[in-house]
Amino acid sequence: MNDTSLAFKNVTEIAEHIVEVISDSGEGAQRCGQSLGSIAARMGIGIWTVEIIPAEIRPPARSVAGASGNRIRLGAGRVTNGGDLTNLAVAFNEQVLLGRVRDGELAPGCTILLESLWRDHSDPTIRSSYLKTVEQLLGAGYRVIEIAMGRECAAVANAEKGKNMFALGMLCSIYSLDLKLAQEQMALTFGKKAQKVIDTNVKLLDAGYRWAEAHLDFKYRIPAERPKEAQIVVNGNTALALGVLASGMEICAMYPITPATSASHYLSDVFEKVGGVVHQAEDEIGACAFAIGASYAGKCTVTITSGPGYSLKQEAIGLAVMSEIPLVVVNVQRGGPSTGQPTKAEQGDLMSAIFGSHGDAPKVVMAASTIEDCFYSVITARRIAETFNMVVVVLTDANLATSQQPFPRPQFDPAWMAPPTDQSALPEGLKPYDWDQATGLARRFIPGQANGMHTVTGLAHDRASHVAYDPQINEEAIHYRSLKLAALQRTLKAPALFGPSKGEMLVIGWGSTKGAIEEAVEMLQGEGHKVSSMHLRFLQPLPPGIKEAMKGFRHVMTVEGNWSDRPEDELIDESNRRYSALAMLLRARYLRDIDCYSEVRGQPIKPSTICEVVRRKLAKPKKS
Amino acid sequence: MNDTACLLKLYDEKYELEDYQGGVPRWCSGCGDNAILAAVQRLCRDEALHPEKTVFVSGIGCSSRFPHYMRTYGFHGIHGRALPVAEGVRMARPDLHVFVNTGDGDCCSIGAAHWIHAVRYNMNLSVFLHDNQIYGLTKKQASPTSPRGTKSNTSPRGSWLEALNPLTVTLGVQNVSFVAQVVDWMPDVLYEVVRAAFHHKGLSFVRIIQRCPEWLPDQWEPFIKDPKRVQRLESSGHDAGNLDRAREVASKMDPIPVGILYRNENVPCYEDLRRSPKLRTPELVRTGLEAEFDKFTVWPS
Repeated sequence: MNDTSLAFKNVTEIAEHIVEVISDSGEGAQRCGQSLGSIAARMGIGIWTVEIIPAEIRPPARSVAGASGNRIRLGAGRVTNGGDLTNLAVAFNEQVLLGRVRDGELAPGCTILLESLWRDHSDPTIRSSYLKTVEQLLGAGYRVIEIAMGRECAAVANAEKGKNMFALGMLCSIYSLDLKLAQEQMALTFGKKAQKVIDTNVKLLDAGYRWAEAHLDFKYRIPAERPKEAQIVVNGNTALALGVLASGMEICAMYPITPATSASHYLSDVFEKVGGVVHQAEDEIGACAFAIGASYAGKCTVTITSGPGYSLKQEAIGLAVMSEIPLVVVNVQRGGPSTGQPTKAEQGDLMSAIFGSHGDAPKVVMAASTIEDCFYSVITARRIAETFNMVVVVLTDANLATSQQPFPRPQFDPAWMAPPTDQSALPEGLKPYDWDQATGLARRFIPGQANGMHTVTGLAHDRASHVAYDPQINEEAIHYRSLKLAALQRTLKAPALFGPSKGEMLVIGWGSTKGAIEEAVEMLQGEGHKVSSMHLRFLQPLPPGIKEAMKGFRHVMTVEGNWSDRPEDELIDESNRRYSALAMLLRARYLRDIDCYSEVRGQPIKPSTICEVVRRKLAKPKKS
Repeated sequence: MNDTACLLKLYDEKYELEDYQGGVPRWCSGCGDNAILAAVQRLCRDEALHPEKTVFVSGIGCSSRFPHYMRTYGFHGIHGRALPVAEGVRMARPDLHVFVNTGDGDCCSIGAAHWIHAVRYNMNLSVFLHDNQIYGLTKKQASPTSPRGTKSNTSPRGSWLEALNPLTVTLGVQNVSFVAQVVDWMPDVLYEVVRAAFHHKGLSFVRIIQRCPEWLPDQWEPFIKDPKRVQRLESSGHDAGNLDRAREVASKMDPIPVGILYRNENVPCYEDLRRSPKLRTPELVRTGLEAEFDKFTVWPS
């Protein structure tokens, strides 16, 4: 009966839209959002999905802090970040919505599809809270559409639950998504469950679709471009775990910690199928020591953690550096210090990754900047670790961990894999630390190899691994361990510039801010600003070419998700300002006055914010 | 295998004590560590362990210098973490003989969490707790196993707390499979117990009471002078299959029970539970990876 209504509706073509679906936790808003992302991706619409996670396990129902859900940015072409403000929100109660409004996440005039059952709720306080909020929202200029979602669901499926699939149906109608594809998606989403479950959810989906077709007076279409090649749609943590699989590593030792754990969850499920082991150790230190033991015995091993766990591992990481045992450490950064913000994104661990562990402990530090990069970084990290006998730290963050973005399906390359454990006899007389004069590299000795018996030690040691406190031996060893970084640096390529090589401003970033920075740069260029950007994948060692690239620009600044002192504070001046981590590193290395902009709001930095910062900076008459 | 190769192999597999002797021990003369080293080198020779297939893992402390004095592979790591390092080695390599040398500070204090869980994992490791009841390397501080009243640099008027009993603690952990106690001044018993520990499949925990002539020179004199104050479990009819009885015996320290307190060969080893029986080939990994990619792939239409 509703099929005809479509013909009378105006379909507005839009370049992009940001949608969020929010509910109390347990109501399935996350699943709704993820499914929406997958359906859109399969149609060739660009997506970036971000989970909205409450910090508490079971936040009280209908609470401002309890918002759980998913934010999906849909766009024509490739979407590289979560974008700015939400254009359309689906909320299962008014309280979770209020939280998002207070955080300033909704765009002015945002359309809100709100569950209306609270209007007739038996509890008068809930009724009045609902009515008051709706009034406020309308007063603030939002377009509120009240929908009795629960009642509609009950009518079709005899179930109050399942609102999330009803909402998905509505969204499919609103964004002109292929309903058939959405129905197929149900089978994928609920694949492990009984056919009855799938059928019920398809019914709910259809009902939501029909309802929106019949009752809503707006409809959008985002130009889709069917992908020419196969795409993978996963979040950063799954990409990390797939990277571990592809790298040929066999053992992962970990301890549960947010937001890193989901990588290990997924890995635990799939690793065994290919003969791998995820060891959940008794603590973070134990996990790192276990990984070092396994690496020492010939299997390059990974340990996956987050900030607090990374701090605990520091001593053991120093041991791996000292004894030159390859090790991959993944730090999915979260807000710090201390317990900080476990579910929120931050880029606060760069300095501890580079300089952490006491004494001079050179290690390689890489940062993944996209979901795809999470996959490839682990493979690269394993290769570097085993080639240079070094610790390689891979930094990602809570933003990448839970965001989804399609990337081309990787073509398996046998070269990704670790070589089999070397058990050939070593040449007689060869020492375990016969450092090469030029590169600092020494051959890795693996237990089981004849003629290689020696005792690895965390104490200062000579080439034979004998404990040695002689001044020149200690200095020689530190010298060679440091030299390996230079050897690696010589093999790195100069990072590409995004934009022209000359201009007013060069923005430099690292990690998950890449998409937002590049989007901002494009907008600024469109406004006529001469702005380019550069994104660093290697933070230690820094790749060549940065100094030369900076020469083409009048200003250089970094944009980072960590703390930097605010120049406008009364007490802050040149002599005491604490710069963002990368800015500090670049200033020290290149002796240039590099500015920075940073945020520690626990959320991805928005492209519009970066634009604003750069515009302000360029408008300011240059001092001195 | 032809005859010559067979002969060569036989010849190869015969080792002398010197084949296991590494650096010259720098322990004090009269230190119990020397007795442990002698017993272990004897074990290696008698069992003809390939030096390159043998790994001694230690933490930090006097005890943990042990690997340096062996001519095998060794791993002298960081304080308290010998057990997780050894577990990693074991998980990666079922073909190696893996030993752990740890001290009362290393195992029972800074590494206590790892100790409890190592017993629970029950990986195939021989763990020797060199228990001299004092921190030696850092020059005389009370350790968790120091008897109450031990005068040390951090307890100049005597330590306040009752000593931790490593045997009862170990015997209290689920999955415990081998617990023994020996004293450094009875070399033959020491050797026999170390040997039994080596042959045990699972984690064998041997507490070796050892003398520290430097910081606690008189600690064990009364026990050495009066043989009645050491009780041989083997000859006293102790049933090492009885966990309750083992716990009872473990809680008494005078006379010192010496020998195997508890042994259970039927506790599964963590590495056997975890290690995949599948032969891990690049092809297996590729197939597994492609199957995972398939789950997440959006195909062009």
